[in-house]
Amino acid sequence: MSTATTSNLTEEFHERRTPLQRLQGVLHKYPYLSPLIVLVVAVVIFYLLNDRFLLPQNISFVTQQTVVVGTLAIAQTLIILTAGIDLSIGAATTLAQMAMANLAVYTTASNVLPIAGQNPYVAIFIGILVGVLTGVINGFLIVRLSLPPFIVTLGTLSVFTALTLILFKARTIQKPEMPEVMQWLGNTFQIGEFQLLYGVVMMLILYAIFGYILKNTAWGLHVYAVGDDPNAAELSGISTKRVIFSVYVVAGLIVGIAAWLTIGRVGSASPNPDPLLNLDTITAVVIGGTSLFGGRGTILGTLIGALIITVVQNGLSLAGLDQAYRVLAIGILVIIAVATDQWIRKVKA
Amino acid sequence: MINRLTRGRSFTAVAVAGVAAITLAACSSGSSDEAAEPAADEAAVVEEEAPAEDGEAAASGAAVTLITKDSTNPFFVAMQEGAKETAAAVGVDLVIGSGKEEGDDAGQIELIENAIAQGQDGILITPMSVNVNDAIKKARDAGLYVIALDTPTDPPDVVDITFATDNCLAGQAIGEWTAGKLNGEKAVIAELVIFNDRVVSVDYCRANGFLEGMGIEVPTLEDMTSPAATGSYTTGAGGDYEIVCLEATGANEAGGRTGMETCLSKNPDINVVYTINEPTAFGAAEALKAAGKTIGQDVFIVSVDGGLAGVEAVKAGDIQATSQQYPLRMAALGVEAINTIAGGGAAPENTSANGQFFDTGVTLCTDDPMDTVTAAPQESAQYCIDNAWG
Repeated sequence: MSTATTSNLTEEFHERRTPLQRLQGVLHKYPYLSPLIVLVVAVVIFYLLNDRFLLPQNISFVTQQTVVVGTLAIAQTLIILTAGIDLSIGAATTLAQMAMANLAVYTTASNVLPIAGQNPYVAIFIGILVGVLTGVINGFLIVRLSLPPFIVTLGTLSVFTALTLILFKARTIQKPEMPEVMQWLGNTFQIGEFQLLYGVVMMLILYAIFGYILKNTAWGLHVYAVGDDPNAAELSGISTKRVIFSVYVVAGLIVGIAAWLTIGRVGSASPNPDPLLNLDTITAVVIGGTSLFGGRGTILGTLIGALIITVVQNGLSLAGLDQAYRVLAIGILVIIAVATDQWIRKVKA
Repeated sequence: MINRLTRGRSFTAVAVAGVAAITLAACSSGSSDEAAEPAADEAAVVEEEAPAEDGEAAASGAAVTLITKDSTNPFFVAMQEGAKETAAAVGVDLVIGSGKEEGDDAGQIELIENAIAQGQDGILITPMSVNVNDAIKKARDAGLYVIALDTPTDPPDVVDITFATDNCLAGQAIGEWTAGKLNGEKAVIAELVIFNDRVVSVDYCRANGFLEGMGIEVPTLEDMTSPAATGSYTTGAGGDYEIVCLEATGANEAGGRTGMETCLSKNPDINVVYTINEPTAFGAAEALKAAGKTIGQDVFIVSVDGGLAGVEAVKAGDIQATSQQYPLRMAALGVEAINTIAGGGAAPENTSANGQFFDTGVTLCTDDPMDTVTAAPQESAQYCIDNAWG
């Protein structure tokens, strides 16, 4: 009896909804829908501005240019889902990348490490471990010392940057010195007219894996639960500290892989972290519809968000506008994305 | 719901705290101007102790700060090496610093202010942009001898003297080479520069010097967008040209690759690639290879720098011609000059063609010399490898 009443009420409620409210409801249910609309609109606009935009070659370039930010954005998504944030992600990637390159390449200028000149496979493995270690450090400080992620990673951002400069004498390992294996992810193969980077395949595999894990495993559900309401999660028997720590460690693993990808994409290893890398990963996550307050978002949205960043940069450049406009456009997109998120969160579920 | 609000608020609070911390740090460096006087006294005390530690080597005991754009570009690393070696040899107390990256004016200004505060004798600086001019003037007012290394200030008389490569001439040499190599063929040009939304002298001098070397009219040297997009070049056999793109790369490999990709999207038939330096050229070469181009046949890459990896790439055929410059010499001569002046000796004088700076020389490195090149002597890649820095 009471059930019937409720469903009647719900129906009435549905009938009274305006189209805008209905849109709000749909966007709430599918968080990746709004970034997808933005991506499609952007692609259409850029195609109209310059029809070379949709040539297979340019689309190949866009995917290649997404690879580093796209991969790191997976790590950033996991962290932001727990209502955390990682400002150190770019510096950590540079540290892991320089560890990798310096272990593999022996040069008189950078022989600070007595173990330099390793087999490149060993170097890649140790470099990825360095990435994991950065995650362990962040996770430890956040969970064991109960410090806010923003402050911890603001600190480790400087620490990792300094360590890179101290340990590796601030020297760029240039392409001619770099072993072929380390550059492997930067090679391309042909599918029809499209050139796909092995690194892009690696990135897509990571998206598939983490998309599956977040949706279908207990750990994935715990990540959402911890981000949505840590007290409720704790009460329902989830060890929130353990989940958060594990998220930073997994993020570190992704950082390690991204370090290898960066070497492949660029061909060299420079101790100068891309100053926009941290913010680009956060931007990708936010534009991708993941809430900065945790608990809501999808990994697919992040992939779309990362693509939007590259598409906007590439598209505006093809349209003949200089750098400053690209930066402007990304800034506006972030604000729109956060505003949209706030609006959607007001939906009456 | 309550929980969510609390968390939202704590996030905001933390964010505000972070921003406040950054702002405070910025303010404190800004106010070091006022702090300069007392700090200078302290530094003087420290300086008196210095010769005792260094023994006889520190006869004059001059104190010099070397400020580069960053500390990772092999060019600046070579500069630092050159300065260190000379400083050790002549007994100069050397401080080395740099901006965090291309475009970090604030970092350089801070270092200049520190040098004033420490009461040093001179500064060697690779100025980031006109934004450091005021700080340099302050240093000179405080009695420091300031030498610009590699990049002249704008206007040049902001510093006492400039020790530099003639970047316009370096650009001109690769432009002349390119025109000779094309021998009448149409030039479809990609320009990979540092910035396309900021005016930096090394940037426009090399890029527009390159175009002038090809015999393309450059209406305004300072404006890289001023040359016509299409027209004809006159050097050598002469012919038509088309400038496809002017892409900002940040002068590194990653930017070089992305920039080249964008240019190829605009026009896949590019056959001449001008790059601001060799790391950019490496990135561009990656993009060209990935697009199925054969470098040295379908497309020629020219650059400026002459770092070891760069001239090795000339030998290997990944770069066709590059203008080699001599950063080690610049820094070494700079340290010596300030030491001489601090000891009461004479200041150096300008030697360049236009009489505006002390020219430290440039060589065009190529294994395919062209008669059209007059701006610089041509040498083989092997010669350049033997004389390379980095």
